[in-house]
Amino acid sequence: MDNKDKKNNRRNFLRNGLTMGGSMLAMGMGPAIAKDSSGEGKSSGEKIKVLTTDGKVIEVDKPKDDCKIDPCEPPKGNAARQGIPGRSFVMVIDLAKCKNARKCIEGCQKGHNLSPDQEWLNVYLMKDHDDAEPYWFPRQCFHCDIPPCVKVCPVGATYKRQDNIVLVDSNRCIGCKFCMAACPYSVRIFNWEKPPESDVPPEDYSPEASVPAQIGTVSKCDFCPDRSREGKLPYCASGCPMGAIYFGDKNEDAVSNGTETLRFRQLIKDRVGYRYLDELGTEPNVYYLPPVERMFDYKSGLNDLPEEKQEVYKDIIDGENNKNN
Amino acid sequence: MENSSDLMKKLARNLETPSRQWYIWVIILSAIVLFGVYALIRQIQEGQIITGMRDNAVWGIYTANFIFFMGLSYAGALVSCSFQLLRIQWAKPLLRMAELITVSTLIVGAPYILFCLGRLDRIHYLFMYGRIQSPITWDVIAISTDLVFCAAFLYFTHIRDFAKLRDLEGLKVAKWRKKLYAILALNYRGTPLQKKYLHQAHDIMAAIIIPTAVIAYSLLSWLFGMSLKPGWHSTIFGPYFVVTAAYSGIALLIIIMWLYRKSRKLEDYITNKHFNYMAFGLVLLTMAYGYFTFSEYITDWYNQTSQMSALLGKFTDMSQYGALQSFHVLFTMFVPLIIIGLPWFRSINSITLVSLFIVIALWVKRYLIVVPPLETPFIPIQDVRPEYVQYSMSWVEITLTVSGLALIVLIFTIASKIAPIIPVAEIEDVEDTAKPIIRFQTKGV
Repeated sequence: MDNKDKKNNRRNFLRNGLTMGGSMLAMGMGPAIAKDSSGEGKSSGEKIKVLTTDGKVIEVDKPKDDCKIDPCEPPKGNAARQGIPGRSFVMVIDLAKCKNARKCIEGCQKGHNLSPDQEWLNVYLMKDHDDAEPYWFPRQCFHCDIPPCVKVCPVGATYKRQDNIVLVDSNRCIGCKFCMAACPYSVRIFNWEKPPESDVPPEDYSPEASVPAQIGTVSKCDFCPDRSREGKLPYCASGCPMGAIYFGDKNEDAVSNGTETLRFRQLIKDRVGYRYLDELGTEPNVYYLPPVERMFDYKSGLNDLPEEKQEVYKDIIDGENNKNN
Repeated sequence: MENSSDLMKKLARNLETPSRQWYIWVIILSAIVLFGVYALIRQIQEGQIITGMRDNAVWGIYTANFIFFMGLSYAGALVSCSFQLLRIQWAKPLLRMAELITVSTLIVGAPYILFCLGRLDRIHYLFMYGRIQSPITWDVIAISTDLVFCAAFLYFTHIRDFAKLRDLEGLKVAKWRKKLYAILALNYRGTPLQKKYLHQAHDIMAAIIIPTAVIAYSLLSWLFGMSLKPGWHSTIFGPYFVVTAAYSGIALLIIIMWLYRKSRKLEDYITNKHFNYMAFGLVLLTMAYGYFTFSEYITDWYNQTSQMSALLGKFTDMSQYGALQSFHVLFTMFVPLIIIGLPWFRSINSITLVSLFIVIALWVKRYLIVVPPLETPFIPIQDVRPEYVQYSMSWVEITLTVSGLALIVLIFTIASKIAPIIPVAEIEDVEDTAKPIIRFQTKGV
């Protein structure tokens, strides 16, 4: 319960955002809420006043507390193709803060019911050139505006939504893996064997929540739109102990890591935010802040790793050691 | 030249009631094919975890086989159709073999792309939700079109032979087969009108198949070429694949020629001349292939972008793909030029042996096209699981590959029992097919 309260604080940012942008959203939301209120308990019964785009003040049902975007339930099937109106989700990762704690990965795996070796997001050890210091590089799906994966899908199982998110519909995916071959960022994973048992029944599957997974289909980072609906940050952003992952809305020009909320454009401008492999023309929606004035030495990220995991970074670490000698 | 009925009578002896060896051979081949079916069932039941494919090398030898078999299918398109249009008489005995290669490799090759699917139970989604923007949809359309055209062409070229078999007296075959010939011959009696229409049908199909095959194989190459992946993203891939396909198709045709010549004692029909001419074509294609391969690698090597350097490094590193790459380069470029290109080593057997190595080396090349670029993504693979870093084929994939080969042999075994492997009518009715395509105006010089 304590935990929930803490998260509630975090949500305030999105809530505030909603009331600010709410006037804009109300147009679309009003009818939806009205429709829902006739059904069973999606609204709290209270009324709130919102401003419509043509300047009228109207009264609508106030959504329940844990629901920031209506409908709160993630849509199923083809309804999930539309995206949340008025949103333009974006992520900013501060490389100076990442110390390879891998809590983002754990949070994501737990939240999406992934097996321990399925990584929707991964932390790479990168070294740009000989004289550069290595740095930790968390990489999730970049939700590109020109997604190569969506282009090549033969059945439209993966699609781009108007709120920037690229999703996979596991009920549609035929498992050809062409999207995996097409993605230049190696983001997608395949369910080679039966995925772990899930509490969510298959009929409750929503592409927004991506649970339960299905054997023989592709899955990947979904930017947690189901959590956005509840006013929560994605699992990775809320899980990061360093606050290195900021998530937010470009339209609101705000991103938050749970403890601080920053102006997106100002942040990118001040910290010279860049996008990974931007030259490929995929127009990613994940921005990186260069690892300058770091809070940690990259080596501190190696300490808690099992030996076999350290082995995969051997080339980079050896290169560093040789340089220092 | 012997008269017509003799030729059919002689060749029809091969079609008569099969011997015990023939049945044993068919049973062995069927057993191998059935074992492949078993492997496929296991794969469907247990998921693709029992293949060697993993998250980086998401495709493996299924995809390599797919391109390989599609490439072999070029034999028919190139040899049979172009010779039909060019009215080349000497090649007539080879036409049916070439067409059978086309149809059998298309039938066997196309399913390999389906074996890559994680959800074979959703295969109908390709039609229900098909997106024309996807290269996979292009392939589905192009290959099925190609298969229908080639199968139709194969059948058209059989009609006159079926009629001959129907009319042949003293053919010792079961009654149902006599009936089958009568049905398949479509009441062809060799009337002038029938001759004219059938000839036109041949020409039209041949003229359609050549561009269809070029389009199909270019689209196939764009499965890779449309990707951003270094090693795949190449503008040369369309024509490169087409040349490679023709190269492997001709090589396979030479092998099949050799096999039938030996096993059916067809030395009178498949002669030195045929081997000589086909070998000449093979040398030309060797040079074309070498030129394309050189162009592809030299441009990447000269620029030395970091991604391409990493990939090319794997091709020269003997502990990685160096050995396979050397094998490929040696047997597709140097050995054919030395053994066939120079006069001293040239013989029917050496030409066939070189062809066999060319076919194998071109399979290796397809493997090198598919797998190493997948193992060399933009983001370095930092994975503790070795099978995720490097692809290695599993028993399921090997079994399905071998049973695919067995199925092609089986198709040949059965098809050459139904009709003679030498197109009798094509050889006999020379004057019918030798009409020029363009009628030259000779008046008013």
